[in-house]
Amino acid sequence: MTDPDSDLLLQATGLTKTFGNFTAVDGIDFAVQRGESFGFLGPNGAGKSSTMKMVGCVSPVTGGVLRLFGQDPATHGPQIRARLGVVPQKDTLDEELTVQENLWIYGRYFGLSRSEVRSRATELLDFAQLEDRARSKVEPLSGGMKRRLTIARSLISRPEILLLDEPTAGLDPQARHALWDRLFRLKRNGVTLVLTTHYMDEAEQLCDRLVVMDHGKIVAQGSPRSLITEFSTREVLELRFDTDDHAHHGDAIAGIGERIEVLPDRLLVYAEDGDAAAAAVHLRGIQPMSSLVRRSTLEDVFLHLTGRTLVD
Amino acid sequence: MTSSASLQPAPPSPTRGLTSRIARVLPLPAGAGMARILVERNIISFRHGWVALVTGFAEPVFYLFSLGIGLGGLVKVVTTDGGQSVSYANFVAPALLAASAMNGAVFDSTFNVFFKLKFARLYDSVLATPMGPRDVAVGEISWSLMRGGLYAAAFLVVAYFAGAVHSWWALLALPAATFIGFAFSAIGMFATTFMRSWVDFDYVTLAIQPMFLFSATFFPLATYPGAVQWMVQATPLYHGVALERALMLGEVGPGLLVHVAYLAALGLLGLVGAARRIEKLLLS
Amino acid sequence: MSASVSTPNPQPTPTSTPQPTPGPALWRPVFGCWVTVYKRTWLGSVFGRFLSPLLFVLSMGLGLGSLVDKSAGGVGGVPYLHFVVPGILAAQAMWVAMGESTYQVLGAIRWNMKYQAMLATPIGIDDILLGHLTYVAMQVTGATAIFVGVAALFGSFGSWWVLLALPITVLTGMAFAVPIFAFTATQEGDGGFNILFRFIITPLFLFSGTFFPIDQLPAFLRPIAWVTPLWHGVDANRSLALGSPDLVGVLGHTAYLLFVIAIGGLLARHTFTKRLVV
Repeated sequence: MTDPDSDLLLQATGLTKTFGNFTAVDGIDFAVQRGESFGFLGPNGAGKSSTMKMVGCVSPVTGGVLRLFGQDPATHGPQIRARLGVVPQKDTLDEELTVQENLWIYGRYFGLSRSEVRSRATELLDFAQLEDRARSKVEPLSGGMKRRLTIARSLISRPEILLLDEPTAGLDPQARHALWDRLFRLKRNGVTLVLTTHYMDEAEQLCDRLVVMDHGKIVAQGSPRSLITEFSTREVLELRFDTDDHAHHGDAIAGIGERIEVLPDRLLVYAEDGDAAAAAVHLRGIQPMSSLVRRSTLEDVFLHLTGRTLVD
Repeated sequence: MTSSASLQPAPPSPTRGLTSRIARVLPLPAGAGMARILVERNIISFRHGWVALVTGFAEPVFYLFSLGIGLGGLVKVVTTDGGQSVSYANFVAPALLAASAMNGAVFDSTFNVFFKLKFARLYDSVLATPMGPRDVAVGEISWSLMRGGLYAAAFLVVAYFAGAVHSWWALLALPAATFIGFAFSAIGMFATTFMRSWVDFDYVTLAIQPMFLFSATFFPLATYPGAVQWMVQATPLYHGVALERALMLGEVGPGLLVHVAYLAALGLLGLVGAARRIEKLLLS
Repeated sequence: MSASVSTPNPQPTPTSTPQPTPGPALWRPVFGCWVTVYKRTWLGSVFGRFLSPLLFVLSMGLGLGSLVDKSAGGVGGVPYLHFVVPGILAAQAMWVAMGESTYQVLGAIRWNMKYQAMLATPIGIDDILLGHLTYVAMQVTGATAIFVGVAALFGSFGSWWVLLALPITVLTGMAFAVPIFAFTATQEGDGGFNILFRFIITPLFLFSGTFFPIDQLPAFLRPIAWVTPLWHGVDANRSLALGSPDLVGVLGHTAYLLFVIAIGGLLARHTFTKRLVV
């Protein structure tokens, strides 16, 4: 906590954020090591973005202790921010400037020299696959291009930690995969990533370790694999019925598998052996409209932890 | 991309620069002494919109010719509040200089800043860097002053050739115009931080238009009845107009310091208020 | 949306076929739409409408007027108050028209796509133009009526003839609104408005005989004033308000204003079609 070059880059203890009577972040603990890729997973309103803003030193901590590089954001905000790269949830690109000017001036905000920002910008335009749009204005760019530019911009200062708030929200599948590819490369090059997402596939793809947040609290943490093992079963049987009342069918199949979850559109049966569970359902004479056996995913963990009607 | 620590820029020293030194005396929120970079950003942006620069210059010149030639034909001589008899063009030119300094500063610090604050979300990205809210406030106000100074210089050149400059003191009219701009820019930015939507800008017009018409701009203070004179003298533009008129017509005396003090107080109030409000709005 | 919107084109029942009935009445829902928006924000604008004549009559008419009357004995024997107020009346119509024909129109084309939404119904380009311009005319009429009322309290007019200046002032406003509609439909952003305001509207305000007779201008500038709609509005208003109207002249000015509106209308129809019907 005192050595600024320690491998413990980020540490929070009892971190709290309140807005008036509303507690957005409720005493959470976490730590991020150098080179790690760390994720906050949770539904909308779980407190992820508030946490990210405190970590980004643009929102004062209400309670608890937060240290980045061993320093306190309250007293060393500018020094900490000099070592961070921030990709906010909504692109805050400078629409009055061109693509390359966005990179230049952002580098200048970090106190970099003009010649330095120009050479870094060239490199980053290549990284973001935007070389041929360098002189274009920002406004006509596609959503994926703007997102890549925002990420490139956040890298102009060669940050030690890159903070990404919902990096791929609202992008089409191609753009998401292109972006993930860029983030992988950064990770391989040793950049520490801290990101929020409500996409399970994204968390599985990008995070070495993650915490699941709900109502401002951390409800689980671990690697994606360990979370699945801990909070789910090996397989899941999905059943759909030709009715609006899935809860009624939930009662009928109670006892099959380890746990049953009723969603508005289907029933999930958590079981080590999904086919065996399906056979048990048929044996009770229950005829679902469709049944599907699949491997358990982070989504199942997420649904389980962030509160759905539980049967059994 | 590598994240080699040796390539890190040295975190900007928070102790350098005049603004930082002022900041230690004044109750201002944090900044990194890097307001000039925001000015740089505005210059880059402005290269794309140079037409606006030209139009900003044209307006006061149009007014000068219209009022000087047209009304000057009707009103041959005006007795200033300082007691001189001058032509109408000479009377109105300093007022136009002050009024255009006000208009430019208010436009920059209200409409433009509101757009950047609420729509472009420019400052959100700026504050994610080592830059602080004070850098934003000082940077925007400095930029507004630079533009205003440019307009004022151009106007003075035109006024000189139109024969409206009568004293070497007029050289001070340029810094005075910049100073008027500072006061209005700071207070305008402070006001902007309270605005919720474009509809609130009606209040800006409501404040600016009467000042433009009544601050001894187009006719001397002596025209008003006594009680109204006091009201006029309470407005900031009156002090700007009186200052410019005294400098351009050479009616200089220690009384001018009152105008300077009034505008300085207004500007400092606005500067401190704006920086604090920006901190509150963006860093909560 | 108000009830008037659905009146001309009633909700088809499931059994009846929707009847697209493009006709002369379809401008009305367009007008109704703008009125509905206005109903939400009218209070703020009405305050300004009353304040504006007050400010100008006091500062220009009485303040500057005392200077002119003392120095030159008024303008052509007329007190400056009586000279300048009819001119400012016409200028205000120009400002109101400009205010209503720029951002709102560009917004409806580009930002909130209101026009496109209308065009997806049986409403056509002509309806959009007619409906929106009628709304602008309503705004100009309201502002003008308030101005005349407030200014009259200060004895700014020499004669009841000024009531005839009311329709002419509205025509003056529309002689700006219609061409500006045409111009706005060619714009991508608001940069052009800045130029329009600074290089056309402001110079017109300053050099169209509003503050001083255009005889004061250098001879080569006078023909420019003659071409601009504002001078025609100012001159007609002034001759009516002073109470000794040269009716032939007023008729000539009216004809010119109508001519500008007609040309502007053709242009607007062209640029709107080009912009909205792709």
